[in-house]
Amino acid sequence: MTKRHLEPLLWLLFSGGGVMAAVFLPILVVLFGLAIPLGWVQPDYNHLHAVVSHWLTRLVLLGLFVVMLFHAAHRFRFTLYDGLQLRGFATPIAVLCYGAALVGSLAALVIVLTV
Amino acid sequence: MSAPTTYRQPVSRLWWLKKRTYFLFVMRELSSVFVAWFAVFLMIMVVAIGRGEASYQSFLSWAASPIVVVVNIVALAFLVLHTVTWFALTPQAMVVRGPGGRWVPRIKEVSVAGRRVPAATVVRVGGRVPAGMVIASQYAGLIVVSAFVVWLVLR
Repeated sequence: MTKRHLEPLLWLLFSGGGVMAAVFLPILVVLFGLAIPLGWVQPDYNHLHAVVSHWLTRLVLLGLFVVMLFHAAHRFRFTLYDGLQLRGFATPIAVLCYGAALVGSLAALVIVLTV
Repeated sequence: MSAPTTYRQPVSRLWWLKKRTYFLFVMRELSSVFVAWFAVFLMIMVVAIGRGEASYQSFLSWAASPIVVVVNIVALAFLVLHTVTWFALTPQAMVVRGPGGRWVPRIKEVSVAGRRVPAATVVRVGGRVPAGMVIASQYAGLIVVSAFVVWLVLR
């Protein structure tokens, strides 16, 4: 029965995370995944530290991390169900997917509180 | 629950390789793996930045290693696929109404104390924002957000 009550919340997190990922991730991957590590652009460390430790950045990052993790968990759950025909393992798959997202969200909370 | 009595045709685990559209659907769904990957990547980066400059530099050299760069190039391709398909589906998932619609009176059945009774109401007709415009405005949002992030990080 708990599952019935949770499902709308999970869909809400899925669509919220989908929007956030669609809007934020392409530029974040280009910048932090490629341009900065490969040295195309070199932002000053102190500036990055100041940006990341600002309370508003932390709040936005926490929100992004939580909705993205739950978005990914929800979508991956159905990818396993349908893509690999694993509906027989529905419960363990759901527990693993959302459990991982929950652990990741708690880690995100600790990270933004202590950065 | 009782066991299903109807016959179900078994579906191959590789059903999604049989058609291009099926394949693209599964690729779109697999973008979720890269959404999770990059959330974790960013979390590692935030921890590194918080621990000091030396730690940030070693994060950068890890992120510049060939395997991580390749993963991030693949991630970028999947995330672009996610963005394009997500924006394309939005007008189908929700009705966006702009100015130009009008309210018209309607009679609707409502339930009062368990009885169905007619009631007067108004409903909004027309004024639906065309799908193309909904999609275009999302790309405009993407550009604004991207420009802001670049400005914030590189100024």
